[in-house]
Amino acid sequence: MASPLALILTAFLVAPIIMIVIVSFWGATEFSIYPAFQFDNYAFLFGSDVTYRVFFNTFKYAAITWAFTLVIGFTVAYFLAFHVRSLKWQIALFLLCTIPFWTSNIIRMISWIPFLGRNGLANATLVSWGVIDEPLDWLLFSDFSVILAFVHLYTLFMVVPIFNTMMRIDKSLIEAAVDAGATGWQTLRYVVIPLTKPGIMIGTIFVVTLVMGDFITVRFMSGSQSANVGRMIQNDIGLLQYPSAAATAVILLATVLIVIGILLRFVDIRKEL
Amino acid sequence: MPKIRYSRRSMLKAGGAAVAAAALPAPMVWGQEIKDVTLRQFGTGVSNLNEVATKVKEDLGFNLEMTALDSDSVTQRAATQPDSFDIADIEYWICKKVWPTGNLQAMDTTKIANYDKIVGIFRDGKLTPESTIAQGTAPHSVGFTTGADGTEFVDEESGWMTLIPTIYNADTLGIRPDLIGRPISNWSELLNPEFAGKASILDISSIGIMDMAMVVESMGEYTYPDKGNMTREEIDLTLGIFTEAKKAGQFRAFWKSFSESVELMASGEVVIQSMWSPAITAVRSQGIPCVYQPLEEGYRSWGGGIGLSASLSGIELDAAYEYINWYLSGWVGGFLMRQGYYSAVPETSKEFMSADEWGFWFEGKAAEGDITNPFGDVMEKAGAVRDGGSFYDRMGAVACWNAVMDENQYMVRKWNEFIAA
Repeated sequence: MASPLALILTAFLVAPIIMIVIVSFWGATEFSIYPAFQFDNYAFLFGSDVTYRVFFNTFKYAAITWAFTLVIGFTVAYFLAFHVRSLKWQIALFLLCTIPFWTSNIIRMISWIPFLGRNGLANATLVSWGVIDEPLDWLLFSDFSVILAFVHLYTLFMVVPIFNTMMRIDKSLIEAAVDAGATGWQTLRYVVIPLTKPGIMIGTIFVVTLVMGDFITVRFMSGSQSANVGRMIQNDIGLLQYPSAAATAVILLATVLIVIGILLRFVDIRKEL
Repeated sequence: MPKIRYSRRSMLKAGGAAVAAAALPAPMVWGQEIKDVTLRQFGTGVSNLNEVATKVKEDLGFNLEMTALDSDSVTQRAATQPDSFDIADIEYWICKKVWPTGNLQAMDTTKIANYDKIVGIFRDGKLTPESTIAQGTAPHSVGFTTGADGTEFVDEESGWMTLIPTIYNADTLGIRPDLIGRPISNWSELLNPEFAGKASILDISSIGIMDMAMVVESMGEYTYPDKGNMTREEIDLTLGIFTEAKKAGQFRAFWKSFSESVELMASGEVVIQSMWSPAITAVRSQGIPCVYQPLEEGYRSWGGGIGLSASLSGIELDAAYEYINWYLSGWVGGFLMRQGYYSAVPETSKEFMSADEWGFWFEGKAAEGDITNPFGDVMEKAGAVRDGGSFYDRMGAVACWNAVMDENQYMVRKWNEFIAA
């Protein structure tokens, strides 16, 4: 007997993915798509050096964003879990972290634009402090602004799982480490980090998949000047090239699954949870 | 359907009504039921305004639901969701993609009261009898079909229209005169290294490629036999020049929506870019100088029109014709012209504009008093003259129309590569 969960997953997850895979082999004209079995879409995808550059860009964004969100997320979680003593304050500060999430993703992103612009607050401040003579162009519509927005948008997805695992670390283990003469750094290196690994891994999966699938942040923050895979799919859809979009989506899905597969090699999440 | 009982007396009355209806097309027979009719219209933000819907309710009695989308979404919806709309307010170049899907139905021009007054560019392609037809997808070339069920476009006035022209304009580059500080008179200035990192172009391939072609010709790099229908080599050449400029940092950003173009210009991120006339107005209304700069090589033009969903029939279809006749009867035309666009039937719009407004917007005369837009904001002070002059000066200097090429699919792929480059 099929369980309800299996039915739901089949209907809303597996079936659409199969559909996308099928459509990725179809052909398209200006105004219609027709069923076929051809490798045109994939041939074009793998035959264009733009594809490789765009995938490289996607990985670049994911890797840099991951590094920043990990450092910031880990620090915030560490502070919340080990430095804030009372549970009340922990909860209060944790909620504070979620406040930016009360507005939509896009608003949080767009509000960076006037801030970073050529005549924006950041440039005006730097000029008035005498740090720079000319406004910095690379603050906005650049890889810098894209990654800044990513880090801003997705750090919380790192904080939450790391904080969660840290809260479950038995404090006596840390006491034991200190008693045994470990320095703060050694405690962190040999006790806290290994025990936080599942949280880091879950956060990593969140951040990497979100960044790799994102298209709107890249479009707005780069002023449409950079592309990642999501943007490529969005462009195709906008221009009614559904089969080509489907083919790109299939490749992206496969890539993300491989990345997650590799990540799961490092930690057995089931066991750790 | 309305129940009409025929008696000798009612036939006489109906005969009288028919005469009246022919003289003055207005809802007569089905006055009661029309109130329940709701027509769903979608299109781009330029002409899908709530004010129009409100006025329709007032004048015609039925409901019009407006949905404003961006150009790509408009194409998608018209092509893939035929049952989601009754009236499609689309651009002529989109028509070339949408018409073959069979989602729209041809319109009988004998039911269009002001058909004879529609300007020449939408009928035989000529603004005046002497004018030459510009390159690209000229509206008249996709404006007619063979018959009620026609699937092909025909060049002559066949009596069956694909779209009823509603709105059009001649586009050019927008500039910030205060930040540029010298006259700009050629399209090639868009790629002038002087504006490195301060230029922008729109990221809508069918329109953007035409702007690019204007620039390439202006630079003297190449002269296209037809900008609106490039070969693969020509597409490679055009996008090659722009990709090189992009890599050299010529562009600050690309824009896709109206508001993005306004933001870029108003914030000073960009000083020269492809732009639409109401976006210029929006920048100016913030007190920032911005000019819709007429250029030596002429304008890149576009036109929009109303198409009827293929599934429209019965009383809804009657209401739709009613709406079209109302659309061309002047009020909307005046409304659009006071924003800087042109109406398909200028002479009816004239009755809904003051003499000063008409002089300023249509005839290119200096304004005698302040010129306000339909929302009441002052757009121009007394003495101002419209950029580019009169209707005939502007529309007479159109170099090409927005187009869909035979090699469109190739162009789209190359465009994607340009954006990703």
